[in-house]
Amino acid sequence: MGLLAMFGRFFLEFVEEIGGIAILCWRLLQALPRLFRNFRNTLFQMEKIGLGSIPLVVVTSLFVGAVTAIQAAYQFHGYIPLQYVGAVVGKAVTLELGPVLTALVVGGRVSAAIAAELGTMKVTEQIDAMEMIAIDPVEYLVLPRMVAATIMLPVLTIFADLLAIIGGMVVSRISMGVGFAMFGNGLQLLFRYQDVVGGLMKTLVFGFIIALMGCYNGFATRGGAEGVGISTMRAVVSSCLLILVSNYLLATFIFRILFAPE
Amino acid sequence: MVHECHDPIIRLRGISKSFKGVTVLDRLDLDIERCKTLVVIGRSGCGKSVLLKHITGLLQPDEGTIYFEDNDITQLSRRKIFEMRMRFGMLFQGAALFDSMTVGENVGLPLAKHTDLGEEEIRRTVCEKLRLVGLTGIYDTYPAELSGGMKKRVGLARAVVMNPDVVLYDEPTTGLDPIMSDVINELIRTLENQLDITSVVVTHDIGSAYKVGDRIAMLHGGRIIFSGTPEETRNTDDAIVKQFIEGSAEGPIKAV
Repeated sequence: MGLLAMFGRFFLEFVEEIGGIAILCWRLLQALPRLFRNFRNTLFQMEKIGLGSIPLVVVTSLFVGAVTAIQAAYQFHGYIPLQYVGAVVGKAVTLELGPVLTALVVGGRVSAAIAAELGTMKVTEQIDAMEMIAIDPVEYLVLPRMVAATIMLPVLTIFADLLAIIGGMVVSRISMGVGFAMFGNGLQLLFRYQDVVGGLMKTLVFGFIIALMGCYNGFATRGGAEGVGISTMRAVVSSCLLILVSNYLLATFIFRILFAPE
Repeated sequence: MVHECHDPIIRLRGISKSFKGVTVLDRLDLDIERCKTLVVIGRSGCGKSVLLKHITGLLQPDEGTIYFEDNDITQLSRRKIFEMRMRFGMLFQGAALFDSMTVGENVGLPLAKHTDLGEEEIRRTVCEKLRLVGLTGIYDTYPAELSGGMKKRVGLARAVVMNPDVVLYDEPTTGLDPIMSDVINELIRTLENQLDITSVVVTHDIGSAYKVGDRIAMLHGGRIIFSGTPEETRNTDDAIVKQFIEGSAEGPIKAV
């Protein structure tokens, strides 16, 4: 009976969470036509989410590109000529590593920041105060963050893809003696523009997930400082998990249906 | 429609509310008279703030109806609720100032969002309201740099900046020293007299209740168990109210 009750409680909480997220999405959709009322706020969030994440993205992508080149060369050893390193780095970065790792590192930073900020506002009654002066918190707080994250993640990913390729290129030259021209030839060899477009399409969804998890968990904060800590942790964990799960579903749709090789 | 003073502006009928199986409000009835100050007293955690949040539509009751003038606010759409809230002001327990904004931006936000006033006019109105609560020269200061009493006064200026019909005060004197508490009490009286507003104050500070209230109601066990003038409250024979106003550990209310 104890086990059954525990399962029941878990199931109810799960349904409650899904319901809460669905209600937030519905209110977001209703607020969308009023986006331009808070356009300055949206631009501010774009700067905070986009520009603020650049140092993190620079370091992550340079090293991801570098390690991809090293690993590719290690696996090619004795079987495949090193001129194909560029092809592998290009494919791996544009299809998976660029979009997913950018989403994970930016997601950790951004969803935590959003959840902590909105969570603190919730427990100090600032959200209620906003409601009391007849300002819709979804329109004023959530919508600008959602739009900013959804737009800025693809932008950051373009940046990350380029930097990762540069990282791979430099490491190939320094440690494997693969010249820039040879790396570039390899890169062009298997390049399909659909790889880049498909990767960026995924990041639109990832950006939405990151902001949604930050906002939902921030709004759901209860209690005091401990509650803010729990919400922040839940925002990071849920956004990372949802990014990984949705990545599989999106990759299936985009690369097996939409851009399926002929 | 012309409303007479003494008409109830807000009526709560049969309000019940539970949180996770714990009943906080239990078929509560209450009338709030126009242009008067009603003080709701009761122990900490008895549901006073929950009551205020029901009046403003921040919480929905499980059962019962709440009328603001002739509208049942439990049935209003979100847009109508927002329209209604333009006629309300609320001072929160911790002032609830937006910490990313300056004092001026905090107080001016309702004007910037809901009126066509220009920047200069907003600044003038904000300064006027800040002067009303006895504050000058802090327009560009951030809330983190203010003391508890100053934050409450800024919160009060924000609550009245739209010239509301009803102002709700959630524990206005909690956490303040006795002198600052008296300043806030005086301000509540001044605002009521100058702006002709209806006030609802929830507090467990009985001194403050006597000072600001035209009527005092006691919330206990989820219901209003007593309602009367400050004089009637002082002289009541009700054992529960008596124990509360005397601050005694002995009596029908179990302290622990």
